[in-house]
Amino acid sequence: MDKSVNKQYYRKDMSIFWWTRKWTHIRFILRELTSLSVAFFALEIVLLFFSVSRGPEGYQTFVAVISNPILIILNFIAFVGLIFHSVTWFDLAPKAMVIKVGKRPLPAIVIAGSNYMGWIVVSVLIFWFLTENT
Amino acid sequence: MKRRAEPFWWSLFGAGGVMSAMFLPVLLLFFGFAVPFGWIDVPAYEGLRTLLDMFLVKLLLFAIVALSFFHWAHRFRFTLYEGLQLHRFSRTIAFLCYGIAILLSVFACYVMFVL
Repeated sequence: MDKSVNKQYYRKDMSIFWWTRKWTHIRFILRELTSLSVAFFALEIVLLFFSVSRGPEGYQTFVAVISNPILIILNFIAFVGLIFHSVTWFDLAPKAMVIKVGKRPLPAIVIAGSNYMGWIVVSVLIFWFLTENT
Repeated sequence: MKRRAEPFWWSLFGAGGVMSAMFLPVLLLFFGFAVPFGWIDVPAYEGLRTLLDMFLVKLLLFAIVALSFFHWAHRFRFTLYEGLQLHRFSRTIAFLCYGIAILLSVFACYVMFVL
């Protein structure tokens, strides 16, 4: 094919709301937007380190900040996003990596299932560890 | 964005996706709800400080946080291209998203390991 035929010439003009017409597209955009939840909460972890480095008063401020109703609402939205991210991520894993046992590929449910199990076990362990060690 | 750089950014995105999917929900559950709502006692300063001063804990949390920023950068970059049809500005958007992720990671590294 002629190299000058660049893919940009095939591009149709699309509304910026193209994704609002089909549920699968809305779901796709929502899934991509969970990355905002991920970045937002990662920043909170940095804030935790920052405040703890400021001594007990700094830590008091951190506890006050995370107890503020505005942050509780934001954290709730972020939490919904994080759960959606985890679920969609683990569901996608079997499609990204096909593991074969003998000649047969391992069923998707086995891979996704072990991901979910690992996620739950890790979560319970961390929660328990944090309550015991702080 | 140069074609050959894509696998590099994609691998950071993938690693960040795994780390954030595994570790962030439970940490948010703990600090975002369990502590503010009093499901558990507010962690004492000394205990938390000792925990966060442990090198392995710092290293793990830094990996989680930094990879999460790169995960965000990669996804948000494509959401802007595709969602808002901004293909014309693809280079600028890529530069901004990864730039922000790099700056935030350097900042996180400073806060966690230097302060």
